[in-house]
Amino acid sequence: MSAVVETKDLSKRYREKLAVNALNLTVQEGEIFGFLGPNGAGKTTTILMLLGLTEPTSGQVSVCGFNPTRQSLEVKRRVGYLPENPGFYDDISAQENLLYMARLNRIPENQARKKTAEVLEQVGLGDDGRRLVKEFSRGMKQRLGIAEVLVKNPIAVFLDEPTLGIDPDGAIRILEMIKTLNREHGLTVMLSSHQLQQVQEICSRVGIIVKGKMIVQGEMDELGKSILKGRQWNFLVEVRGDANGLERDLQSIPGVDEIEKRPHGLFLRCTSDVRPEVVSMVARKGLQLLQLRSEDPTLEEIYLKYFREA
Amino acid sequence: MSVVFWKELADHFSSRRFMILLILIVFSGLWAAYATGQAIRQNTDTVPSQYAFLLLLTSSGETLFSLATFLGFFGPLVGITLGFDSISGEYARGTLSRVLSQPIYRDSFINGKFFAGLTTVAVLWGSILLLVIGLGTTILGFPPTNEEIWRMLIFTMVGIFYVGFWLALAMLFSLLFQKTVTAALASMAVWLFLALFVSVVSAGIAGLIVPEATTPEALARRAGVENIIDRISPSTLFSESVGILLNPAARVFGMALQSQAEGILPTPLALDQSLILIWPHITTIFGLVAVCFGISYIIFMRAEIRA
Repeated sequence: MSAVVETKDLSKRYREKLAVNALNLTVQEGEIFGFLGPNGAGKTTTILMLLGLTEPTSGQVSVCGFNPTRQSLEVKRRVGYLPENPGFYDDISAQENLLYMARLNRIPENQARKKTAEVLEQVGLGDDGRRLVKEFSRGMKQRLGIAEVLVKNPIAVFLDEPTLGIDPDGAIRILEMIKTLNREHGLTVMLSSHQLQQVQEICSRVGIIVKGKMIVQGEMDELGKSILKGRQWNFLVEVRGDANGLERDLQSIPGVDEIEKRPHGLFLRCTSDVRPEVVSMVARKGLQLLQLRSEDPTLEEIYLKYFREA
Repeated sequence: MSVVFWKELADHFSSRRFMILLILIVFSGLWAAYATGQAIRQNTDTVPSQYAFLLLLTSSGETLFSLATFLGFFGPLVGITLGFDSISGEYARGTLSRVLSQPIYRDSFINGKFFAGLTTVAVLWGSILLLVIGLGTTILGFPPTNEEIWRMLIFTMVGIFYVGFWLALAMLFSLLFQKTVTAALASMAVWLFLALFVSVVSAGIAGLIVPEATTPEALARRAGVENIIDRISPSTLFSESVGILLNPAARVFGMALQSQAEGILPTPLALDQSLILIWPHITTIFGLVAVCFGISYIIFMRAEIRA
């Protein structure tokens, strides 16, 4: 495995604002990398620098072994980019839009026709190729955007918020498509998003960027461990009956670190497995235990933790 | 570049906007030429039969405008129409970042757009001229002479550059403002100023520089100053060069003193002599196009492309 994208101390300054601050990012070949961060964190700016559409203020970038600022054509030949709100030429058909991109990539005409039909089929628009793009829904346009990225047979694709503004069902379809492409064609994918749950399901690795700084980067479970350092155990306790004073009593159990109120009970962060103590405590107070569930941290929690820290 | 060029050309020719312009210009142009043709045919004795085809373009007959004036006035509109949304439109549609993330040089995009616009103008202008020649041959009953054809060809070239200036200007604005409407309005404002108001301004300034114009010499000086300021406007440059080009008898711009005109034989100038007269005009128009396009080019190459 080699790195498709590698940046070292990459920075971009817009007048007084530092949009990207000494970013070190690595995307390995064949992985789906989730580039997470709130709006305005510098995700798009980073992607634009990776493509050579924007010049970095300082730092080094290498994409597929090329420097995007100096050899942007080499990079663009190998990498597909789907912008946040992909636009199309409305008054020509979907296939003609793709053909234009194919021609810009200097793909011979007969090959281009075959390829465009193939990628349209791949994204589930096989029957809509002749329709004008202005008749397309948002979800269809997004899929057409993915088809267009695939026309040039890329090594890697950068997808900027591919599920933004799409209904849940459509978003799942798009993510599944990305996963299929990754698995079956070995396509390296870097996708930026602020929608965590969705990305959690398909990314092999994530990086979290806040205010231009990469806060954490790694595999999902590694991230989980780092957030859980010192407090390995999370439980949700739900009881029926008069729970008065229960919270204070639970707090007195050694190993319970923090208690949070949740709609359906209490959420305990603990440094050890305190389940037996919790059960006996509930029983002693004459309450009925409805559930005692161990909860692993979701990406959302990881994400929120880092957001708050930043 | 050729991919962008052909795509843009196809876009221009299939756009509704272009159709409207085409219909408007071709019909009014033809009507003007037809009316003039009829007038020439009816008074054969008052009109020199030499250069009758050039008369089709320059004489206004019973219509309000001659064809050359008409083209001079509406040519800018064509240029602006073709150019005002060339870059801003791509921004607005969100296609610019997609196109530029393809492996093409950035300048081939803007070059392709500009030359497609210029080609469209050439096709438009050329077809009007061919129609006039065809119509003229039918009405007058004889074909144009070689010299007339050459003069018309050069007239077409000058016209293309002239409209090309407005195209380049509209493109520059569409790059600067990034909003289609703003770009269109700014180009229109410049057009109206340079076409209509520059003469008012130049008369005012000339009045200040030469306050008391009582002698013929002073009057001529004032007119000279006025002329020079007028020539800031490409519209003036165009109309002056067309006046010389399509009227072989003409040998001065604007006013001439009695003493200057003395002894001039009323014979037409040869083509190369007419060309020498208007050469500065032609190069200035060409230079304006190059400067306008050059500025857009530099801005575009340095622009940051965000979706």
